[in-house]
Amino acid sequence: MEFFRIRRDIPFMRHSLALNVVSFVTFLAAVFFLTTRGLHLSIEFTGGTVLEFEYAQSADVNRSRATIEALGFGETQVQTFGTSRDILVRLPLRGDVKQAEVAQTVFDALCRAESGTLTQRQYVTEQGEAVSRAACVQAAGTEPLKLNRTEFVGPSVGAELARDGALALAFTVIGIMIYLAVRFEWKFAVAGIVANLHDVVIILGFFAFFQWEFSLAVLAAVLAVLGYSVNESVVIFDRIRETFRRMRKMSTPEAMDHAITRTISRTVITHGSTQIMVLSMLLFGGPTLHYFALALTIGILFGIYSSIFVAAGIALRLGVKREDLLKANSKERDPNDPNAGAVV
Amino acid sequence: MNRYPWWKYAILAITLVLGLLYTAPNFFGEAPAVQVSSGKVTLKLDDSLVARVEDVLRKAEVRADFVQFDGQSVRARFADTDTQKRAKDALTAALNPDPDQAAYIVALNLVSRSPQWMASLRALPMYLGLDLRGGVHFLMQVDMKAALTRRADSLAGDVRTLLRDRNLRYSGVSRDGDSIRVRFRDSQTASAARTALEEQFPDLTWADALDGADPVLRGTLRPEAARAVQEQALQQNITTLHNRVNELGVAEPVIQQQGLDRVVVQLPGVQDTAKAKDIIGRTATLEIRMVNETAEGQAALAGGTVPFNSERYLERNGAPVIVFRQVVLTGENLNDAQAGFDNQTQEPAVHLSLDAKGARIFRDVTRENVGRRMAILLFEKGRGEVVTAPVIRSEIGGGRVQISGRMTTQEANDVALLLRAGSLAAPMEIIEERTIGPSLGAENIAMGFDSVTWGFIAIVAFMCAYYLIFGMFSSLALGFNLLLLVAVLSMLQATLTLPGMAAIALTLGMAIDANVLINERVREELRAGLAPQAAIAAGYERAFATILDSNITTLIAGLALLAFGSGPVRGFAVVHCIGILTSMFSAVMFSRGLVNLWYGRQKRLKAVSIGQVWRPGGTGAASRGDVADRATGG
Repeated sequence: MEFFRIRRDIPFMRHSLALNVVSFVTFLAAVFFLTTRGLHLSIEFTGGTVLEFEYAQSADVNRSRATIEALGFGETQVQTFGTSRDILVRLPLRGDVKQAEVAQTVFDALCRAESGTLTQRQYVTEQGEAVSRAACVQAAGTEPLKLNRTEFVGPSVGAELARDGALALAFTVIGIMIYLAVRFEWKFAVAGIVANLHDVVIILGFFAFFQWEFSLAVLAAVLAVLGYSVNESVVIFDRIRETFRRMRKMSTPEAMDHAITRTISRTVITHGSTQIMVLSMLLFGGPTLHYFALALTIGILFGIYSSIFVAAGIALRLGVKREDLLKANSKERDPNDPNAGAVV
Repeated sequence: MNRYPWWKYAILAITLVLGLLYTAPNFFGEAPAVQVSSGKVTLKLDDSLVARVEDVLRKAEVRADFVQFDGQSVRARFADTDTQKRAKDALTAALNPDPDQAAYIVALNLVSRSPQWMASLRALPMYLGLDLRGGVHFLMQVDMKAALTRRADSLAGDVRTLLRDRNLRYSGVSRDGDSIRVRFRDSQTASAARTALEEQFPDLTWADALDGADPVLRGTLRPEAARAVQEQALQQNITTLHNRVNELGVAEPVIQQQGLDRVVVQLPGVQDTAKAKDIIGRTATLEIRMVNETAEGQAALAGGTVPFNSERYLERNGAPVIVFRQVVLTGENLNDAQAGFDNQTQEPAVHLSLDAKGARIFRDVTRENVGRRMAILLFEKGRGEVVTAPVIRSEIGGGRVQISGRMTTQEANDVALLLRAGSLAAPMEIIEERTIGPSLGAENIAMGFDSVTWGFIAIVAFMCAYYLIFGMFSSLALGFNLLLLVAVLSMLQATLTLPGMAAIALTLGMAIDANVLINERVREELRAGLAPQAAIAAGYERAFATILDSNITTLIAGLALLAFGSGPVRGFAVVHCIGILTSMFSAVMFSRGLVNLWYGRQKRLKAVSIGQVWRPGGTGAASRGDVADRATGG
């Protein structure tokens, strides 16, 4: 099997202006949605309480919402989660309410709406682990709903996490830029990072447009994908350098076309195999990993796009010349450089 | 050219064996066990308890797989839950004859079913995080300002004592924020006092000031002393939390410092936040103060204004008590508190034992105040309550104090527990809380496991179809990477969380890149017309720099997450970074080893099975591809 049977170099650079314009427009759209709609930040960043209940039967979201709103915790979100029996309740931070007791109060109210009472249940699991939990029990002894998960984040933590997230992003961007600048040349460093930051902004744009929940895990996915797809640009730049050296008659756009065409097969296959894994996470990972996998999926797809169509185009626009690369390389001879031996 | 020296194969073989050995414990599952730990601060466990537990079990005719001491607690593993339950009952009865004064905590627990010889090689399974296991997680913020204020309060008391001892007349000592203000009537005394204070309190810096006409000395804590106070406060709070959690009887609690002023508490198996919070969140601190029995105090009791130097608190029965602001003793000086009975009256009582400094202060105070009342206050969540306000009958020396009167046995137990565990150096507040139900945890494990399995199978299927034998080698290398990753994580005794499992999946997805790079490069070299053996060697060599590049950029992002991430993101980052490192080894060295074993010894290698190598333009050009593949590939 061989997926890519390309006879002639594809003239990517001839269309680079159009492609860059397309990217720019997508980028602007992402920025537009980010500013107008904003990210739907998870409570990890905003602070607040999240509760996950599992009903024995299909949950009546409206009734649950009415019950919780009657408690007066402010703007409450109630929605189904995963299956129709699971509901997710989001409550904002309120200065006048004792956060530590919110979960208990809500559980109590929902339990009473099902005409049950809260009791303490202590039992030993089949494996032999002692468990104690609060349970909602009806007169008949059945449990109409269970409190599966609670999460409370105070206001100070949220602000800190947002700051740390920004720092991590900055650290990654600067680290990769320094690496690219040392490895190649500053124009490539700028082109590589711009192309991949444009991916990051587009991922964020998707999250803003669809109002998907942006959590810490999504942030981790975004950073992981940033580090991952920059390397695709590295491979292409590597090839451009090699092409410059081997084919002295080629013009800069021609050399770029040649390099991209030669690497397109592996770009698509490597990203594709990573995407297989991510898809498996999206399909089997359940609701907890859903947005994480979604961010990775978008990131990987746009990673392919920007590595092939955007990065080199930006470098060309920044005025990369044959001399830039060859000069930079002759100064420091890299013993690990695979192209060192390829000089004709 | 494609041959490894014997030592490289030896390295691969050894890593493989080590990987298998350290991964294995994760697959044995868990067996029911009983854990015996100390129920009292004063009781330290040692090896002798093992013999005692074995003895009890033998008498009760319960067979344990093993009984061992792990430094904190004694654990006994059993074949099934029935035996476990019988063992627990027998141990509880034997070790705690009086349930009211339990010296040991006997709790049900799970331990790994892996064989003993593995455990002795420190091959232990990974810990499962709360999101996979179910449990409660708290992040608590220690109120450092309160710790400093409290320290300043007690220093103000010491300053008073010193000045009185030295006969230096002052007109007032007060705490102002974190600093201490001492007022004098004349500057001569002030300067004499300054010399004495500077000598006696090296932790404070003193500055002169004037308040109207009166000279004032203002003492502030030196920054390093303040830091020490904060560190001590945090340490004491952690110890206190340990004691409280021990009372809960949780099997494997985690109580750790996080950052400068935070404490993480994780209680696996506990689903009941209310109960856990009740015990942990009970931020009780103890203070002993004198009751204001002056005329002003009496007037305040009757409804008048409370004098400036006093505060009004309620007793448990609702009766108000006016106590001085000045603190005689705090929980810091309390060593232990036990419930018991009064020797004479047989009333329930709480026995306190104070440390040396506390004992000295207590002796002095009781000697000077015979016949007056002293109040023991407990501060919970910022609210103070008078536990008891007894009359001092005589001087009490030796640091042994008994609180009695108007208590039931249960109340005496509660007060003792609160006082013992309640000596927090600074109040704490829960700033993050997470509970995960046990069923949800099991679901998360299954989901994480499914993602990794299906993703792995799909990748292996694709690789084998697209690259044939080279794809098989790549798949084996990927499996080896998974094995190594799990082995390293187990060796480090890392905690596996759901984001960690996601990181395993993602890392595998990225690790296969290296093999795709190699295989593509080998194909390319074949396309360029190199002989098979040369193409393999060149492919591996030339792909290496690219692999290094890609791993470095990924590692930069991973390190950023590790440095700035917290909680779940950290778990992700640790696995991600380790996975990148192991993938370098497995994708390059291990897969090369397999290729060398397979093709390396064939001198006249005609073709390698790496899928079809297509060449632009040429018709018979695909000749170097595998024969079988040419037939099917088209």
